[in-house]
Amino acid sequence: MSADFDINRELSKIETPVITFEHVSKEYQKGIAALENINLRIYKGEFVFIVGSSGSGKSTMIRLLLKEILPSKGKVFVVGRDLGRLRRFQVSKYRRSIGVVFQDFRLLKDRNVYENVAFAQRIVEVPERQIKRQVPKLLSLVGLMEKRKAYPEELSGGQQQRVALARALVNNPMILLADEPTGNLDPKNSWEIMSLLEDINKRGTTVVVVTHNQEIVDRMQKRVITLKDGRIISDEEKGRYQYAKN
Amino acid sequence: MRKIRTLLYCFGQGIRSAWRNRMYTLASAGTIMACLFLLGVFYFVIANFNYTVESAETLVGITVFFEEGTTEERILEVKNEISFRTDVADVVYISAGEAWEKYKKDSLNEELAATFGTDNPLADSASLEIHLKDVTKQDALVRYVESFQNVRKVNHSESIAESFAGIKTLLGIVSLGLIAVLVAVAVFLIRTTISTGISVRREEISIMSIIGATDFFIRAPFVVEGMLIGFLGSVLPVGLLYFLYGEVIRTLREQFESVFTALQFLSREEIMGRFVPMALVFSLGIGIIASFITAKRQIRKIELQH
Repeated sequence: MSADFDINRELSKIETPVITFEHVSKEYQKGIAALENINLRIYKGEFVFIVGSSGSGKSTMIRLLLKEILPSKGKVFVVGRDLGRLRRFQVSKYRRSIGVVFQDFRLLKDRNVYENVAFAQRIVEVPERQIKRQVPKLLSLVGLMEKRKAYPEELSGGQQQRVALARALVNNPMILLADEPTGNLDPKNSWEIMSLLEDINKRGTTVVVVTHNQEIVDRMQKRVITLKDGRIISDEEKGRYQYAKN
Repeated sequence: MRKIRTLLYCFGQGIRSAWRNRMYTLASAGTIMACLFLLGVFYFVIANFNYTVESAETLVGITVFFEEGTTEERILEVKNEISFRTDVADVVYISAGEAWEKYKKDSLNEELAATFGTDNPLADSASLEIHLKDVTKQDALVRYVESFQNVRKVNHSESIAESFAGIKTLLGIVSLGLIAVLVAVAVFLIRTTISTGISVRREEISIMSIIGATDFFIRAPFVVEGMLIGFLGSVLPVGLLYFLYGEVIRTLREQFESVFTALQFLSREEIMGRFVPMALVFSLGIGIIASFITAKRQIRKIELQH
């Protein structure tokens, strides 16, 4: 039995998948498929890399999961719920259960670190007392408590991404989506972010990372789904980036 | 408590956004000011014209004459029936004796009148004099009165009624046309202001949307901004019109008394009491509706472009 065999994780796979893509295709323009007949299941507590070259459809998958766009064909389910059936007023509530970080961090430049994280709670009307308890906890988790009064432009890329991570996690999402989270970072900061994502995953959050970073994918030994021209060409437990080259 | 905090947040953001785009805010508020000022001037003219017409209408009468031999009792019966109508201000019975006395006084000299002695050549000229509440209803009333038995003739002035109605319609059309143009300009400028505010906050809106803010939470600050523009746009014209109205009426009365004797003016308190609520509904309404529609459209675009 392998040392990292996790019975709870294996058992959880018997349950309903957290994310299901069922024959999903997406065409932005008629005849040009961004995704083609994607079938995929991601279970609770999994850490999944989605890799592939530019234009392979990785970001389209993230946009589908955020319900920013709808599939042209097929269905996307999150915790058994068909996203296509969510009404507009339900989408905001749904998105609160998804944390998301982007390559360009997307922090509010006119607010300091604390306010950027608190903002995510303010907009979902969390009581101020809870915000004051929760935000420092998250800032400590990402190692930025001392920088809480700094503004984004006073931070390094790695630090900005950690603020974005804290913001994504502050509402306790069940899924964390990371779209090229290390795309703008040097190797040292990239590893710091990835180890944070791994910690978060160990606490039970399902993590989906879209990346180009071969070194990280190869070293982390997680499930790797490889896309090429909108199709899944491989889906490997403890996979490697090299499959993308096949 | 949470809802109050959210509302306060939205108000704060709306005010911040209006301040950040203060040049556009002022331009939009300025257009509403111009719009409201003109609306006010037209409204004051129309309201005073109506007031004058209403006063004059009570002077414009219909005279009803009866067939020979109609008894006073019958005439009073008709008077009673006409009095019940809602468009009638009052009905006065003028007996044959009163009619002859009036005629003698208005049209005959004393010598000539004396030749008639105690005879009354208008013995069958008892009549009813009807005054209307609204002169435009005159035709209908004439038709109604003519339908009575024993009525011989109904005298009325069509031209006065028609000219009053004509002037009112013309003023109404001109003011509506002008106001429509100004409303369109105001709506256009508010949309520009709100769109600018939205594009400045594009990043923030996109983040808010992705992390689960409700539509209300995202849009409300822009609606507050629109309300603020509307409110700012109403304060100055209302104040200015309040001051100017009193001055203009006083000047007209003092300097042109002979020319404007026929005109009746509403008091400043009376006209402002009607105009202020109208101005607020108008300016806040434009601000809220224009900003709501713009925010809805622009924010959807941002969400799709992300």
